[in-house]
Amino acid sequence: MAQAAVVFENVSKRFPGANYAAVNQVSFSVQEGEFITILGSSGCGKTTLLKMVNRLYEPDSGTITLFGKGIATQNPVQLRRNIGYVIQQIGLFPHMTIEQNVATVPSLLGWDNKKTRERCHQLLELVGLPAAEFSPRFPHQLSGGQQQRAGLARALATQPPLLLMDEPFGAIDAITRLGLQDELLRLQKQLGTTILFVTHDINEAFRLGDRVMVMNEGQISQFETPKNILHHPADPFVARLIASARQQEAFWEDLA
Amino acid sequence: MIAFWVKQQDKLLQALMEHLVLTAQALAISLALAALLTLVAMLLPRTGQLLMQVFSVLYAVPSMALLALMIPFTGLGQTTALIVLVVYNQYLLLRSFIEGLRGVDAAVQQAALGMGMTRLQMLWRVQLPLALPSIFTGIRLAIISTVSIATIAAVINAGGLGRILFDGLRTLNTYKILWGSILSCVLALGLDGLCKLAMRLMHPKQGRSNPQ
Repeated sequence: MAQAAVVFENVSKRFPGANYAAVNQVSFSVQEGEFITILGSSGCGKTTLLKMVNRLYEPDSGTITLFGKGIATQNPVQLRRNIGYVIQQIGLFPHMTIEQNVATVPSLLGWDNKKTRERCHQLLELVGLPAAEFSPRFPHQLSGGQQQRAGLARALATQPPLLLMDEPFGAIDAITRLGLQDELLRLQKQLGTTILFVTHDINEAFRLGDRVMVMNEGQISQFETPKNILHHPADPFVARLIASARQQEAFWEDLA
Repeated sequence: MIAFWVKQQDKLLQALMEHLVLTAQALAISLALAALLTLVAMLLPRTGQLLMQVFSVLYAVPSMALLALMIPFTGLGQTTALIVLVVYNQYLLLRSFIEGLRGVDAAVQQAALGMGMTRLQMLWRVQLPLALPSIFTGIRLAIISTVSIATIAAVINAGGLGRILFDGLRTLNTYKILWGSILSCVLALGLDGLCKLAMRLMHPKQGRSNPQ
């Protein structure tokens, strides 16, 4: 039986001045090696939830446990170095080469140069950027899709057991996005990384997630396998979400 | 004009040297202080805001008035001039340093923190290199401003090219006024050029890291 990778117990977060909680009494548990997608419209609290995992935000109440250890007592800087983090805007360092970007966390951890270099090259190959060609380049010399591959390599540099992804493919064109989704699935199977992946795209959420967490107004509406959600939507909100995807599908069929 | 230079060469060069020394001292102290205050401002944003307000008020005081105000405390001469020059520079330097560092792309900063950099590591490894253009802009402004305000410091007996200028004004000697002005321009442009060169040496990758 796999260990629980991420456990939330009654976690709430309300931003100063806000009328309602961004995340409201949320509890859930994720097993090691699961690929979880977190689906919801903007403002539903999905990004807030994600940022509490690596303590970029602190919850007002409740506890978060990663791999059996409460995070509230851990040093946030050390904690973050063990969690991969990928954001939509990627945030590659423009003054560093791709190799230096990927080497960020290894260098923070004080790895020796040879080990870092080998790992960087290996990771670049893994995400489909041939190291010989891409390691000396600067971020602006890459396309959006290539930049996000580099961002992924950077997040995976120390093979963290947990990867947080905040709409990583949100700004990438449809064709490239499909390719990146496939590669992410392949990588996840290969490395066994636990992934929390935030998206507002229902197709992406259902395609990638072993389980999908549907969020609405700071709470979890449903957290099950895509199939179960599809056949047994838990509440009117989830039903509407699925109806909207179906409508989209019907539109394509009509068009064809 | 040339004859005046030949006759007064020693005096003019001495004034130029005095001016250069005063400017260099003021800039060195200003930079050290500004670096320290910037660090404080980056780690304690509230204190940073307060510092900016204080220095912007001081910057609004005319230099002549500030010099006069300092005389009861530090007397006539170079020390007073140095203090005033350093105070004026703080506004120019802090503003460009802090804005440059804070202005680094928010996504880049978030990625840096999210990957586990401490504030200081982010400042040193990410914000500082990306803020270099803004930092150098501030330094170049401070250079020009220091050279020009240092001429006014001659009224409190701090020497320099200002002495030539004010002598010229008092005695209506056009040559003195012209040479005083020309030499301070040469000094300002020369130091500015040095700064540009330093920037190119420190930041050779700039051409490559700029978007095409």
